Amino acid sequence: MPDVLKSLADLMVYRWLGLRAGAHLADALNFFVYDVIKIFILLTVIIFVVAIIRSFFPPEKTRRFLSRKRTWIGNILAALLGIVTPFCTCSAIPLFIGFLESGVPLGVTMSFLVSSPTVNEVALVMLLGLFGWRIAALYIASGVVIAIVSGIIIGRLRLERYVEEYVYQTRLGSVELERLTFRQRAFDAWAYTKEILKKVFPWVLIGVGAGALIHGYVPVNWLARIAGRGNPFAVPIAVLIGVPLYSNAAGTVPIVQALVAKGVPIGTALALMMAVTALSLPEAIILRKVMKPRLLAIYFGIVALAIVFVGYLFNAVIR
Amino acid sequence: MTIKILGSGCTRCHETERRVVNALSRLGIAAEVCKVTDMKEIMSFGVLGTPAVVIDGKVKCYGRIPSAEDIEKWLKPEK
Repeated sequence: MPDVLKSLADLMVYRWLGLRAGAHLADALNFFVYDVIKIFILLTVIIFVVAIIRSFFPPEKTRRFLSRKRTWIGNILAALLGIVTPFCTCSAIPLFIGFLESGVPLGVTMSFLVSSPTVNEVALVMLLGLFGWRIAALYIASGVVIAIVSGIIIGRLRLERYVEEYVYQTRLGSVELERLTFRQRAFDAWAYTKEILKKVFPWVLIGVGAGALIHGYVPVNWLARIAGRGNPFAVPIAVLIGVPLYSNAAGTVPIVQALVAKGVPIGTALALMMAVTALSLPEAIILRKVMKPRLLAIYFGIVALAIVFVGYLFNAVIR
Repeated sequence: MTIKILGSGCTRCHETERRVVNALSRLGIAAEVCKVTDMKEIMSFGVLGTPAVVIDGKVKCYGRIPSAEDIEKWLKPEK
């Protein structure tokens, strides 16, 4: 498939636009067109498949499955289910309340809450498209590990008293689990895919465009000097920069790729990306409704530390 | 007939509401359609993932956008 795409990009840029191959701008444009087309094909296929898989794991079912699960086994299952259970920041509150109400321990709920946004399918597609499957696999694995470890630590700290009181008093009705046909799943999955594509479309263009600019105009040595291996604080600084930023994974990964091309180590770059996607100010504001400030701070602190740790680990392992 | 669309106001909830209203006018059924955005009320139905459709107090679907076919099936026995 890459060959077909390459010829398509060549056709569009060199033939239709009549730009000369080898010229700076033309090659950059060719690159841009190629990346954008590739990412959109991958996004369409993978989001659709993920949405189908997700329809088998609705949160209403997950919470029953996770109720009264112990530390470790519960955290591991929660982190894995977090990957496939549909989640957006706006549904974090009902999920959080619903899980605790049905007896899912706080630490296990946290593992789920971390893994769900940290491992997201758009980021996965972007990493797959721009870095290849090994980095994409590492991304999933590290997201799951971060979720398991953070959840276990929060569970051990016994922080239940820092959950807002009303959460434990809320009573949920019970819903009959639906049995869906494949047609119903596919229908919703396709609607979901179209919605996500529409949402990330501008971000992919902006991200790939900004990446191309960094490729072309930021000198290699400059970034490598301030954020390279020589700077032991590069990973925590990257995380500190990333936490308040709230951006779509679609916009972040192309920039991360450009940073890596300019000599920023992969661990540092991935740590930045994870901090951007997993922790954000809007998320903190929403979670404040169910968590007292203390728990919220501990939650952000532990996840940030876990990301820093994974960043160092990647930098040490991948050279 | 009372139809409740549960959802915090995301695009998927709007799409669901549009489909329900369309199905009603197609079948010529009069029903009261209201949106429920209050989290407590949504959760009182046992629903965690939105959008969800509740007809006369019974949850018909949750966490997905129903197809026109689905909606018509729920509406028809009432005629």
